Amino acid sequence: MSVLLIAEHNNKNLKPFTLNAISAASKIDAEVHVLVAGSGCESVAKEVAAVPLVKKVLHCDSPNYQNYLPENLAPLVTKNADKYDHIVASANTFGKNFMPRVAAALDTSQVSDIIKVNSPDTFVRPIYAGNAFATVKSNDKKRCVTIRPTSFEPAPKTGGSAQVDKVDAADIPNFSKFVKREETKSERPELGTARIVVSGGRGLESGENFKLINDIADKLNAAVGASRAAVDAGYISNDHQVGQTGKVVVPDLYIAVGISGAIQHLAGMKESKIIVAINKDGEAPIFSIADYGLEADLFKALPEFLSELNKLNTIQK
Amino acid sequence: MSTNPPDDNATEESVKLKESGKVKEIVAVTIGDDKAQETVRKALAVGADRGIHVKSDTYIEPLGIAKILKKVVEKEKPDMVFFGKQAIDDDCNQTGQMLAAMLNWPQATFSSKVTLKDKSMEIVREIDEGLETVEVNLPAVVTCDLRLNEPRYASLPNIMKAKKKPIDQMIAKDLGVDITNRVQQLKVEEPPKRKAGIKVANVAELVSKLKNEAKVI
Repeated sequence: MSVLLIAEHNNKNLKPFTLNAISAASKIDAEVHVLVAGSGCESVAKEVAAVPLVKKVLHCDSPNYQNYLPENLAPLVTKNADKYDHIVASANTFGKNFMPRVAAALDTSQVSDIIKVNSPDTFVRPIYAGNAFATVKSNDKKRCVTIRPTSFEPAPKTGGSAQVDKVDAADIPNFSKFVKREETKSERPELGTARIVVSGGRGLESGENFKLINDIADKLNAAVGASRAAVDAGYISNDHQVGQTGKVVVPDLYIAVGISGAIQHLAGMKESKIIVAINKDGEAPIFSIADYGLEADLFKALPEFLSELNKLNTIQK
Repeated sequence: MSTNPPDDNATEESVKLKESGKVKEIVAVTIGDDKAQETVRKALAVGADRGIHVKSDTYIEPLGIAKILKKVVEKEKPDMVFFGKQAIDDDCNQTGQMLAAMLNWPQATFSSKVTLKDKSMEIVREIDEGLETVEVNLPAVVTCDLRLNEPRYASLPNIMKAKKKPIDQMIAKDLGVDITNRVQQLKVEEPPKRKAGIKVANVAELVSKLKNEAKVI
């Protein structure tokens, strides 16, 4: 019995959500092996080997895996799947992209986006935009599982020294090509892992007005989020979207500004520890889940918020 | 019965490709009970040419759905198969990728821009870090994001015309594929309800609460 987890990285560093996936995988079975497939990604293999919950690292270095094309990655995972009862990855755009290809190749029914491990074959996953939790049992012999990273604590990063085994690349089909990646560069913390998130919605009325959100975010060392309406309207890029079809965030503090609170948005943030809503519509559904609601015009409230924050002697970082 | 929202984007994109003269025929496929046919009729009303309804009165998992669609694809031999990126009820986000793997085709998931070339497609995909562009050879599977396009509404005359377009019927269990469900739903519970907190009178009170009561800033 052991688990094979597929690491997400950028060929230099491990992506933080892999640590959450490792801790989830260790709840399925203590024998967690991690596949690091990439190009020139030796530093990542070392980083993973230092994670105490990891028992073995499979390191596959080949230009085939430089850009994690699912058509190339899935056959490598499938080829190494023999010895494992579980194949695991994060349920983000990385894991969602390749894992179903692995599941199809292994003729196994994937269990997506789990938030709890009850036993090696029984998991809890949200359905209906998080309005219900389904407990499901997988009757497959081999199980492909994706993990909602924010539902599990990240595994400690250092202190381990797992064995690193080199594995050979698999044949690739050569019918897809990576062209380019346009990553949004930001000095702010990553949305998925930030301690504080400040999100704006349609109420912001324009992309320029997001400056009001950004100023608060910078003051609080927070990430900037957005509702789907704000992204659709072109106020801000897609990687900021919080919700059912965007990202799920669970910060200590979530500040929703000019967001009415459609269930699709709530699906992405309602597990946050403290929720603040600022909205001029006192009837907005967001107030029904907010710990602190402020019924106010955001164009007045946000500048005041910033000046109140400036008055504080200290702000937690 | 209503269509899963991103599947409307899938229909719209194929109709746009047909309008541009690059696609000859659109076949709309659904799998489900008799009511599911309404979703095919809807696609026919916005521009699909004919429909296929694979009848099944029971729930089929994405793996089984992909196996059924593989049979349909082998019969119809399309150059492209468009899907919504996920179902908004079970949020599995699997079927398109599974079909692509079973056919040994490339895939472009979470697509927000599709450019059809001679023998390939260039696709912009929405990923967690921003945007990614890939080129996939045809035939290929595309799964569509809600931002890919703005699905049109069917006009009344087109709804009437759609009633005359053919819908072939197949029976899921007669297709010779194993569609047994492997994941058993043991129970469904309501998550713990979050209670509304308090309304604060002004910004100063809000900041004071966050600092001194919630202790999060």
